[in-house]
Amino acid sequence: MRAADIVTASILIMLGGLVLADALRLGIGWSSDGPRSGFFPFWLALIMVLTCGLIIIQEARKAEGRPFVTRQKLGPVLTVFWPAAAAIILMHWLGLYVSSALYLGFYMRWVGRHSWSAVAVLSLVIPLTIFFIFEKWFLVPMPKGPLEAWLGY
Amino acid sequence: MGLENLLLGFQIAFTPFNLFVGVVGIMLGTIIGVLPGLGGANGVAILLPVTFAMPPTSAIILLTSIYWGALFGGAITSVLFNIPGEPWSVATTFDGYPLARQGEGGQALTAAFTSSFVGALFSIVLITFFAPLLAEIALKFGPAEFFAIQLLTFSSFVGLGGGNPLKSLVAILIGFILACVGLDIVTGQLRLTFGFTGLMKGFDFIIAVIGLFGIGEILLSVEEGLTFRGAKTGMKLGVVLDTWKILPRFWRTFVRSAFIGFWMGFKPGGATPASFMSYAFAKRFSKNSDRFGKGEIEGVVAPETAAHSAGVAAMLPMLTLGIPGSPTAAVMLGGLIIWGLQPGPLLFKEKPDFVWGLIASMYTGNVIGVLMVLAFVPFFAAILRIPFAILTPLIIVICAIGSYAVHNSILDIWYMLFFGVIGYVFKKLDYPIAPLVLALVLGDLAETALRQSLIISQGSLAIFFTRPIAGAISALAIFFFILPVITPWWKRLTGSAPPAAQGIHD
Repeated sequence: MRAADIVTASILIMLGGLVLADALRLGIGWSSDGPRSGFFPFWLALIMVLTCGLIIIQEARKAEGRPFVTRQKLGPVLTVFWPAAAAIILMHWLGLYVSSALYLGFYMRWVGRHSWSAVAVLSLVIPLTIFFIFEKWFLVPMPKGPLEAWLGY
Repeated sequence: MGLENLLLGFQIAFTPFNLFVGVVGIMLGTIIGVLPGLGGANGVAILLPVTFAMPPTSAIILLTSIYWGALFGGAITSVLFNIPGEPWSVATTFDGYPLARQGEGGQALTAAFTSSFVGALFSIVLITFFAPLLAEIALKFGPAEFFAIQLLTFSSFVGLGGGNPLKSLVAILIGFILACVGLDIVTGQLRLTFGFTGLMKGFDFIIAVIGLFGIGEILLSVEEGLTFRGAKTGMKLGVVLDTWKILPRFWRTFVRSAFIGFWMGFKPGGATPASFMSYAFAKRFSKNSDRFGKGEIEGVVAPETAAHSAGVAAMLPMLTLGIPGSPTAAVMLGGLIIWGLQPGPLLFKEKPDFVWGLIASMYTGNVIGVLMVLAFVPFFAAILRIPFAILTPLIIVICAIGSYAVHNSILDIWYMLFFGVIGYVFKKLDYPIAPLVLALVLGDLAETALRQSLIISQGSLAIFFTRPIAGAISALAIFFFILPVITPWWKRLTGSAPPAAQGIHD
């Protein structure tokens, strides 16, 4: 945990530095109509950088505790993360409904080892239900792909 | 004055459409509260785009009903599955789960729901009478007072939030900095976009909430390898009635917990400490204190009453001052702005039908809520028996829909995933998420108040200390900010034991 804490605080200091640079570009002083655009972000980032510095000092004085995440525990987290990321990539081309169907089906089969029939039924029924609730009932349009275009939506 | 307004409110809340919206909201809210990874703030954020086409009063009734439902749903998972759906349900598991294991799940749930209802009702009655008064006072506030209140809100996270105060402060600052990204509405300049067009519209708090709470929570619960092994329950009318016969015995606990809940609740982040505090008090004052933790009804009553009382009380500052007391209230406040309403004391003058419709709907919503959860417990409990391999992708798809619907942009779904990873890392490292979200929602309002104050005072920070109300609030805020620094000194001075070694969680 200590290493992860120090890394996180260091990243935040770097991001804070970026904010400080942009705030200085915008001007942190006073103009004819009040404080300039950079005024508020400048002070926020300055306090954040200083506080993160204190966190690093605080953590550095501690003994290393248990690790941030073990390899064994990271596995399940990644099995959730990568398919979700892949599904979002697919959404750019296939739309939300088709990629959700593929994503649900893949996850159920690969992680849950459900039977093919359950996988097929659920990965059809769930996107269809979502389609009717959002597209038809609430009139909230979702990204669509070639299949929906072919069906005339 | 108050009563006619409330009557007007009831006329609005009792229209068939608003009652229907309330029932749907409670239903969805309870399901959301039961599902892992989806909580009140999340559910409200996901459904916010759906409300854009509704009249504002119906929209807020839908969102608040989701909130009540989520509060009830948290109790179901705590009692039956030993999984607190929300942080303030943790104390409910102490006695609720042992009761369920002993086959008294029905009794525990009845006690939990009834206490929730009593706690909520207590706070609603107080809101009915205090909200107009507070709004009247707040009408005299200028930008300096509002900024001072913002300062107080965030200082209480640092000083009273528990955890590492430095990390709370960093979380708040990150929220404010994220709120700055995009177009500065005062000067028209682009800030912190670094030339990326995708950053021009800034970070939407809805997407941040869905990612930080929803996706982050799922990643965390997968890592912990959650398995749902629940106690079985049958809700029979006889059990409910028998429990209701016992409950009046605990009237002292009810009253004490409701007060604790209300008092803690209108300050931000109050529901969780309120539930623990009232559990501790109930244990100290109870005749059966040795039975606490082994399945004592009173141990369910105390935290549930306080948590709901606090959850409702969080609506008071949101309505009267435009400053939310909880992440869920923060999302609702964001909703008000999107619907074109100006949150704050003027709302009582300009939109009485909205305010009083909302307050009246709190009464109706909680009555509908307690009846519905009592009737449908087996159905809600069955949701958790859905295999994890189906629930996880389903929740992620729902989160993606909610994120996309805000601006019709797939980029927002990527932001959601990105915030999910941040939420996961921050939760593991004990950076609190709630103040970050609150700061993101309030960022523009806080900055505007600060700028206006400084323009009035021509650049002098003294304005926050020389005006009487602002001065008192700022002084209290500074006290909370330095509280973590002075506490160790004070303890050394008074000779009590030094605080426990830091980093117990490491």
